[in-house]
Amino acid sequence: MSLQDDFELIKEFLIESNENLSKIDQQMVEIEKHPGDAELLASIFRTIHTIKGTCGFLGFSLLEGITHTAESILSQCRNGERELTPRVVSLVLETVDATRTILQSIEETGKEGADVWQQLRQKLAEEEQLGTSAEPAQSRRAGNERLAAGAIETLVAAGNAAANTTSDPPAPAAVTAPPDAVAPVSDPEPVPEPVAREPQPAAATNASDSAAKSNVSVADSTIRVDVTLLDKLMNLVGELVLARNQILQHSASQEDANFVSTSQRLNLITSELQESVMKTRMQPIGVVWNKLPRVIRDLAAICGKEVRLEMDGAETELDKTIIEAIKDPLTHIVRNCCDHGIEDPATRLSRGKPAHGTLSLRAYHEGGHVNIEIADDGGGINTAKVKAKAVERGLLRPEQAEHLSEREAINLVFAPGFSTATKVSNISGRGVGMDVVKTNIEKIGGAVDLTSRTGLGSTVRIKIPLTLAIIPGLVVASGGQRFVIPQVSLLELVRLEREDAGRLIEKIHGTPVYRRRGSLLPIAYLNEILQLNSTGDFESVNIVVLQAEDRQFGLVVDGISDTQEIVVKPLSKQLKGLSVYAGSTIMGDGKVALILDVMGLSQRAGLSARESSSNTQQAADGASVVERQTLLLFRSGSYERLAVPLSLVARLEEFAKDRVEQAAGRPVVQYRGNILPLVTLSDHLDGPGGGPQASDKVQVVVFSEGDRSVGLVVDQIVDIVEEEVAVRKPSRHHGLMGSAVVGQKVTDFLDLGAVLEWSGEQLTSPGAERKMRPLLVVAEGCPLERGLLRSYAEMLDCRVVEAASVSEAAEAVAQKKADAIVARPALASEIRERLPRALVYDVEGRDSMVRSIQALGAALGAKAEEVEHMAGVTA
Amino acid sequence: MSEQYSTFYVGDLFFGIEVVKVQEVLRYQEMTGVPLAPEGVRGLINLRGQIVTALDMRHRLGLTPRPPEVTPMNLVMQSDEGAVSLLVDEIGDVLEVDSDCYERVPDTLPAAQREMIAGVCKLDGKLLLVLNTERAMQMQ
Repeated sequence: MSLQDDFELIKEFLIESNENLSKIDQQMVEIEKHPGDAELLASIFRTIHTIKGTCGFLGFSLLEGITHTAESILSQCRNGERELTPRVVSLVLETVDATRTILQSIEETGKEGADVWQQLRQKLAEEEQLGTSAEPAQSRRAGNERLAAGAIETLVAAGNAAANTTSDPPAPAAVTAPPDAVAPVSDPEPVPEPVAREPQPAAATNASDSAAKSNVSVADSTIRVDVTLLDKLMNLVGELVLARNQILQHSASQEDANFVSTSQRLNLITSELQESVMKTRMQPIGVVWNKLPRVIRDLAAICGKEVRLEMDGAETELDKTIIEAIKDPLTHIVRNCCDHGIEDPATRLSRGKPAHGTLSLRAYHEGGHVNIEIADDGGGINTAKVKAKAVERGLLRPEQAEHLSEREAINLVFAPGFSTATKVSNISGRGVGMDVVKTNIEKIGGAVDLTSRTGLGSTVRIKIPLTLAIIPGLVVASGGQRFVIPQVSLLELVRLEREDAGRLIEKIHGTPVYRRRGSLLPIAYLNEILQLNSTGDFESVNIVVLQAEDRQFGLVVDGISDTQEIVVKPLSKQLKGLSVYAGSTIMGDGKVALILDVMGLSQRAGLSARESSSNTQQAADGASVVERQTLLLFRSGSYERLAVPLSLVARLEEFAKDRVEQAAGRPVVQYRGNILPLVTLSDHLDGPGGGPQASDKVQVVVFSEGDRSVGLVVDQIVDIVEEEVAVRKPSRHHGLMGSAVVGQKVTDFLDLGAVLEWSGEQLTSPGAERKMRPLLVVAEGCPLERGLLRSYAEMLDCRVVEAASVSEAAEAVAQKKADAIVARPALASEIRERLPRALVYDVEGRDSMVRSIQALGAALGAKAEEVEHMAGVTA
Repeated sequence: MSEQYSTFYVGDLFFGIEVVKVQEVLRYQEMTGVPLAPEGVRGLINLRGQIVTALDMRHRLGLTPRPPEVTPMNLVMQSDEGAVSLLVDEIGDVLEVDSDCYERVPDTLPAAQREMIAGVCKLDGKLLLVLNTERAMQMQ
């Protein structure tokens, strides 16, 4: 059926039109009493106009014809060219009835039905002509009688004209029509007889057509409900599900057969009710998609491109809240595809593609999820351009960029502050975009993935849950507590016998892994992540294999019980900061259980592995402060992992070996118009000649202070990582400050003081400098802004504590003995009020941060001198 | 003018909360611990289908942990973001206090304690500390 595709659209049209028509009935009666009410008239006009417009769009020409003429007549009334006589009112009402009949026919058969509306059309046409030909003033003065007399003449003329112009077979009917049609004219009553008579034949045929179908029309079977009421219903059903779970659990231990069977029945009914209520909140994704053709048309016009939109699966249903949540991200992606993806027609033709680009949207269900694919056949993502842009934006260092895989490079698009559009248009290119898309989709538990083939196009895949309120979950136990893992992230369950487990779970540098069908699966222990005590004395080891974004890991739990439908309840604000939980729920026995956040767990797992491998050190150094640092990792000689804080590194360079010269018996290179002394790290750590230097290039880490620099020759730059370096073990080896676990591996921290000593340069004593690194509280409500300010401060070699509010800042000052607080002026003044004794600096951007920290340095210097002075006095 | 306070004891401190903020008082309930949670959070309670976070007032006020023989009571408080339960040692009466008795917190109190107290009411023979509920519910 050709109309099947438009079925949804037509259904909506029917509901809306029927609602509007019943409104018109009332309004017409009303307007007869107050003919001067312009607002009422305008409203009636609008309704007819809307119906006409939609009919045209949907291809219902018959209905369009009728409503069009009625609209013209109403328009004349509205403009004051014609008076709203009872005759006109009757005619409009007649039109309304006709429209209703046709709508009914459309609903039942999908067609407008036989054209039995000749009379009406003629009356309308005649009335319309009357309005334009007759002088309004005259018609106003004229009584109904005179008008009727005139009307007959015009009517006959019009009837003939209609018979001549319309080639429709039933045209002759028009000839017999006039006598009937006169009836309402001569009748001063506003309800004319034909109105009642007209629809009858149509209704009769329709009734027989739809004998098999339901007698309830779409309009009658639909009501509009407030969304808040649906939300409340959903909540109540959630409660009911919980109560049901409790009763079921209870009934398992009951003997009473009657009770057991009743609770079974309750179980079924609840499930069905839950499903139905969920359905009330479901909307087809087409609701969002419908807006896209227009967006694309406009966009294509602006960009001078030709874009064709294909949609598949518009009927795929999603929860209303999710529909709302994906609206903006979806529009953004589509815009991006148009703006960046699809090339202009000339380029396309030169590449052997059709001039018009194709953008295809596809949505489908897949195991409790909805997948949405947005694909274009444009140029794909130019990874070189992306990398260059990332370097330009300071998101990436040039050295890193070279080593990025294709996939990593593509995913840079999702990095905050990234946009490849060379010029800022009003469409895109403002640097807020894909990162927001990603966060918004992740917020509703979804995932975004971007793939691209150069020259062939790119595809964005969005995977989102159907609903957020009730989800299936796996109940597991760990450390004597129960936890729920959302089924969505669950891949499989692996059970190992105790005796095999030791052999099958292998260790790489203390990190447990499991060989799962030939590939290594990292293993994490839930009780370790959550710092729970587990007896660990179980017959078997249960591994829950989970998918966290693009990686998989195995979570070892003490026990696995079963899967349940759980109602997700958010955590209170006191617990919001815990990324390992997605929420909480009430279990069958009425107790509360926590829902694990797989993503948060996997992030935390890295951390916990670090902690567990260095438990002993932690015990020795209980007062270690957790501090997040960006570290440069490199390799030298026998030292596989060395680190320095990136904030101390000025540049990374690569020199050809033959550029290394000698100055006063020490190796140097000419560098930026200066002489850069080089220190070969392996000579000092491993002894002279310790490190093999087969390559003809040397990798140099440059440290600078003012215009003096030192170059440290290392074997290889490994990585740049940002980590919380929680635990440190002091080292006695000269040149090393100590060790810590970074990226789950033990890493030695280089003592820059020693490097400078070796170089013979005297910058400032780095030991003293380290002690002097001020501790700064960055107070800012917006996380993004806070991160930005933090990065400025860290670049200026400060230690940073973040605070989201005034009270957090106050706490940080009190507990961590921070040296100063920086904040935006508004917040800063608030802080000053609260903490009159603290050093508070206003910052707006990088420059003011530099000034603040200089001022802070001066203030702290003065303080230090004072302390020294005091010490001198007491001594 | 006078105000009604629902009173309770934490250690030997005598506290009060404006009666309108109190939802209900409950006997000790079974709780689900939240691993990794901030220390002041003792667990989650199922309050007729609503999940309520229980905060240990002893910890919030920087007092010594509650001796095992003392079973805490739940004082469930309404807030903008749902209910929160405060674990206190003992529940007292509802007192009607004349607003003349109300005074600001002396500045000499240590900062950590001062923050938690909104004001002091001078009663016969003892002082009623009015809890700064907003601060009490805020972790860090």
